[in-house]
Amino acid sequence: MSAPTIEVRIPTILRPYTKNEKTVSAEATNLGELVAALDKSYTGLGDRLLENGELRRFINVYINDEDVRFMGSLAATLKAGDSVTILPAVAGGC
Amino acid sequence: MTRYESLEASLGHTPLIGLPKLSPKVETGKPLVRLWAKLEDRNPTGSIKDRTAIAMIDDAEKTGRLKPGATILEPTSGNTGISLAMIAKVRGYKLICVMPENTSIERTQILEMWGAKIIYSPAAGGSNEAVRVAKELSEKNPDWVFLYQYGNPANTLAHYKTTGPEIFEDLPTITHFVAGLGTTGTLMGAGKYLREKNPDISIIAAEPRYGEVVYGLRNLDAGFVPELYDASVITRRFSVGAEDSVRRVKELLEVEGIFAGISTGAILHAALGIAKECVDAGVGADIAFIVCDAGWKYLSTGIYGKDGDSEVLDGQLWA
Repeated sequence: MSAPTIEVRIPTILRPYTKNEKTVSAEATNLGELVAALDKSYTGLGDRLLENGELRRFINVYINDEDVRFMGSLAATLKAGDSVTILPAVAGGC
Repeated sequence: MTRYESLEASLGHTPLIGLPKLSPKVETGKPLVRLWAKLEDRNPTGSIKDRTAIAMIDDAEKTGRLKPGATILEPTSGNTGISLAMIAKVRGYKLICVMPENTSIERTQILEMWGAKIIYSPAAGGSNEAVRVAKELSEKNPDWVFLYQYGNPANTLAHYKTTGPEIFEDLPTITHFVAGLGTTGTLMGAGKYLREKNPDISIIAAEPRYGEVVYGLRNLDAGFVPELYDASVITRRFSVGAEDSVRRVKELLEVEGIFAGISTGAILHAALGIAKECVDAGVGADIAFIVCDAGWKYLSTGIYGKDGDSEVLDGQLWA
């Protein structure tokens, strides 16, 4: 069975790596595979997302709006129809 | 008790309100899944941030950092500034708030009403920029007292000592606690307390997802994670956009009659998601969530009207 195609939303700050595409897609069954697949198509993107094999401190990744750090991080599984959102960490309000 | 020595003394002990209509229906014989709203707008200046502000000022007075007539400096998107402004006015301090320029007009009006001075930070980068500008100002003005809610342990402690115990006292059967993630003080403090009382409790973070401008950092290193944040306290974390937040805040108004601020919509959205999961799994749940403030400060956005659309929030820091 082939890996599902996952839609990934790219934040402004990383769009120079995706030829300014807001949304890209790649085939993967988990987040680690997804990052590797994205890096293959968009050279340098993987390095902006990962540091020493882990998500960078100021990068947040969400699968269907849920933070992957509480779903196994790079081991978080992906299935058909999932959407992934990447955002830089910003201070909340209040 | 409803008699207090002063406005400040009436802090906390806010009501925990059942939501009989918004709580999901369960089949007969199945365990109940109930939602409970803690109405933090019932604090002296109308938000949960009164707890943080009073705790930080009390602590700074106790440790001698804050002397009579001193100037307080704080980065804020509104509520903490408003709380500090009222207390500063009453206790005789000056207050300078660094606030992103893309916040609702009411926040500026209320801050100025209590005598606070506002220094605006650029819209792009949102609160990150407010924090950066405030840190710079703090270095240049060492005589100003920088309370810094994102890294001040008194913020977390306020919720550990008040918000958490109040919820547990009112709802000892609590299974899930849902709150917004900003400075992270509420989740860290109340979450830690509640987990000590019930190790199996789920602590759920609802993080507002803004329009693109707020994420417009100069580079990735300008990202920000509050010093108070400890991921081990949290069980799950959700990012909730303006559209879902506005839809939920209107639902809360229409179904239960509760008039809440927009960030509460994000929290309710996460709480309802959890509630649905519990119903689907056939397990009972008592889910308590925070209503951070009421909707008054956001009326100018027009989102509460019949045709109110979340698109107006696109460039704004709405939580």
